[in-house]
Amino acid sequence: MTATDAVLGAPVERREGREKVTGTARYAAEFDAPGRAQAWPVPATVARGRVTGVDSAPALALPGVLAVLTHENASRLGEPDDPTLAVLQGPHVPHRGWFVGLVVAETLEAARAGAAAVRVTYETEPHDVTLTASHPGAYVPESANGGFAAVTKHGDPDGALASSATRVDVAYSVPPLHNHPMEPHTSTAHWDGDRLTVHSSSQGTTAVQKELARMFGLPEDRITVRAEHVGGGFGSKGTPRPEVVLAAMAARETGRRVTVALPRRYLPAVVGHRAPTLHRLRLGADTDGRLTSLVHEVTTHTSRVKEFVEQAAVPARVMYGTPALRTAHRVAALDVPTPSWMRAPGECPGMYALESAMDELAAELGVDPVELRIRNEPETEPDSGKPFSSRHLVECLREGARRFGWEDRDPRPRSRTDGPLLIGSGVASATYPVLVSPCVAAARALPDGGFLVRVNATDIGTGARTVLAQVAADALGAPLDRVRIEVADSGIGFAPMAGGSSGTASWGSAVHEACARLAGRLAEHSGPLPDEGITAEADTSGTADAESPYARHAFGAHFAEVTVDTVSGEVRVRRLLGVFAAGRILNARTARSQFIGGLTMGLGMALTEDSTMDPVFGDFVERDLASYHVPAHADVANLEAHWVDEQDAHLNPMGSKGIGEIGIVGSAAAVGNAVHHATGIRFRELPLTPDRVLTALLEHEHPAGMLGV
Amino acid sequence: MDSQHESAPATRPPDSSRSETTLRVNGKPHTLTVDHRRVLLDLLREDLGLAGAKKGCDHGQCGACTVLVDGRRVNSCLLFAVALDGCEITTVEGLAGDGEELHPVQRAFLDRDAFQCGYCTPGQICSAVGALAEAAAGHPSHVTDPATPSGEPVALSREEIRERLSGNLCRCGAYPHIADAVEDVIP
Repeated sequence: MTATDAVLGAPVERREGREKVTGTARYAAEFDAPGRAQAWPVPATVARGRVTGVDSAPALALPGVLAVLTHENASRLGEPDDPTLAVLQGPHVPHRGWFVGLVVAETLEAARAGAAAVRVTYETEPHDVTLTASHPGAYVPESANGGFAAVTKHGDPDGALASSATRVDVAYSVPPLHNHPMEPHTSTAHWDGDRLTVHSSSQGTTAVQKELARMFGLPEDRITVRAEHVGGGFGSKGTPRPEVVLAAMAARETGRRVTVALPRRYLPAVVGHRAPTLHRLRLGADTDGRLTSLVHEVTTHTSRVKEFVEQAAVPARVMYGTPALRTAHRVAALDVPTPSWMRAPGECPGMYALESAMDELAAELGVDPVELRIRNEPETEPDSGKPFSSRHLVECLREGARRFGWEDRDPRPRSRTDGPLLIGSGVASATYPVLVSPCVAAARALPDGGFLVRVNATDIGTGARTVLAQVAADALGAPLDRVRIEVADSGIGFAPMAGGSSGTASWGSAVHEACARLAGRLAEHSGPLPDEGITAEADTSGTADAESPYARHAFGAHFAEVTVDTVSGEVRVRRLLGVFAAGRILNARTARSQFIGGLTMGLGMALTEDSTMDPVFGDFVERDLASYHVPAHADVANLEAHWVDEQDAHLNPMGSKGIGEIGIVGSAAAVGNAVHHATGIRFRELPLTPDRVLTALLEHEHPAGMLGV
Repeated sequence: MDSQHESAPATRPPDSSRSETTLRVNGKPHTLTVDHRRVLLDLLREDLGLAGAKKGCDHGQCGACTVLVDGRRVNSCLLFAVALDGCEITTVEGLAGDGEELHPVQRAFLDRDAFQCGYCTPGQICSAVGALAEAAAGHPSHVTDPATPSGEPVALSREEIRERLSGNLCRCGAYPHIADAVEDVIP
């Protein structure tokens, strides 16, 4: 057991670290070979309509241009599971930025010039891209993302609200947000006869392989998809994106190896975004501060290409005990780019709204916001009635409060200043579900005493290679340095993607099972190993994903300290601290980095990340990194991530919950609540940019009619 | 190219869209006939197989393509390669020299787990190397105390490090660990 404890949880250095710091780690665009061509897509320049004509001649006349693919000449593909992948299959333009052509050329420069030279004419149709809470097209979907029921109801929420001693009835809005991983979506494809090999910047190669097989009419075993190194994804590479289809098409058309690396500015329209969410929160409480009713209603948008419903009201089904609870989603299908997953879909915007409303309720009641959350701790999961497999939210809140110095806080708004700065602090809870999917893995013992573990995991920066080697070493009872691991190749076998904070649980369960089985065989084996070694395999279908009698979620608490500049309106986060209860932490080093990364992205959501849908042009205005502001070094002063020791026997052989997403969940609400504490003003629309804050500060100082100038 | 050029005398360049350019990259000279549109980043990645410098935005907004040109850090996606004839380029592949030994900044990034996906990492590392040299040479930043004597080395506080590296975005959010790593190698 000592050896086991030492390897699982140890702060082991990343296995691929040396490649990454020396620049030898290869990403999808970097698999060059003689004759490799580059391709550049042509995005639609109308918000809705159809292509009536394409003149490729000016592009084809340019030196180096090899081909121009459009719906007029591209081969017809099989129907994809995801309709956003049906590129160049018809003249229809469902939204601005939809790809209507692809130029393949000898060089990047020629491809880019070619794309600029293609002349496309359109017939336009009226478009509607503006989401409102009362949009006449909004409807209740059958389900929200993740398969959750769109509406749930317990008790009599309206009646309970009406008779509550204290009520909060507030609206919040979260704008569209963009994943913007540092590596834009990229694929390099080549055909060898009827065999297709693709290097794709994807969070999971199995899904890419399956979709390409469907579209190109090939058996899956003729397609190999690799994703050795992936420059981030945050959900936007969870399933294949159009560039991989374009690369495979172009490679087949030209007989070349072809790379499609999407220009940064094209990403917001074609790789998914966090859909905007409009929230209405109604909380009722008795005089003791116990919830009597909770109603969370969300309106969001989807595209006309496919329905994706950000499940933002779902966390309200998990968080607090209340006799009456209603959660509901409505969605309007607009002529907008198709939304998709972005880090903690549902939980992230939903908890911003719920945790902001809880702060408002605390203020109404005059109860400390940490204490209010503790008072409303449920005994079982409010929506399902299931017992929690483990739930240490209270411990996170208490530990966070202790580390943050919460007890010294003067609860009165505007109670701390420093020159022109107002200083405040805030708290919010976080939650994220425990998800797991089936996977296969193989483990081989080699005659030289080493082990080779193969599992089709994808390391998008999480440290998956490293953690899975730890899981294997633990199950084998072998030294870590004797375990070699191969990942990110669809040829290894099926595996779920790196997403839903489920990668380590899913891949790790299969690795653990294969290694435990191998250890058993080795124990029975006597004498030297055969040359090919001894292999054991595992397939966790039906076990890893078996229905659990428990409600399984990770929890956390975020604490923020902000300064608000009364001269500029600028909010800065001085401190952001998170404490998490996420089962057993398998690698303290990589886990801390992931938690801090989540906190950082949440800080961006709170303060800087903003995207607006242009009602006339029908596209996102902020399409690059100069206009869409992700946090930079100077924004990130003092971030801390901690965890409580959590034992949970109802999870998986490692005892772990996912950690990739929960770090973002409570950040925005904690910052927003701190801004309220600093200013006495409640902001209900993200992000908290200087224009909004300064305007509100001026209005606060000079009530309506007093500004005069 | 128009027909006039095609019939031009042999002394005229055969192709007015390309020029011979010599760069010293990581200590080795390379003479190439370069498309005038080609930026340094694409020359490194496509012509020399040095894919360490990354393309994150191609617009000078993210810093993933940062390399050193004549010792100064630059966004290589913004520089036409043909304009750099005779320049000395150092990329992440050349920081450590030929041996197995890592550059101290690379070593510190490993020690501090100062990256996750690794895509911004070569740019962060080259930028840190450049920033350390700038501070040593007395270049002030936005947060440098105006009372600091001109031309004297600037002490790199945490705030200075963060300010000077703010041109290098990291979406994984490794910033605190990157600042730790840079702090480790301050002379």
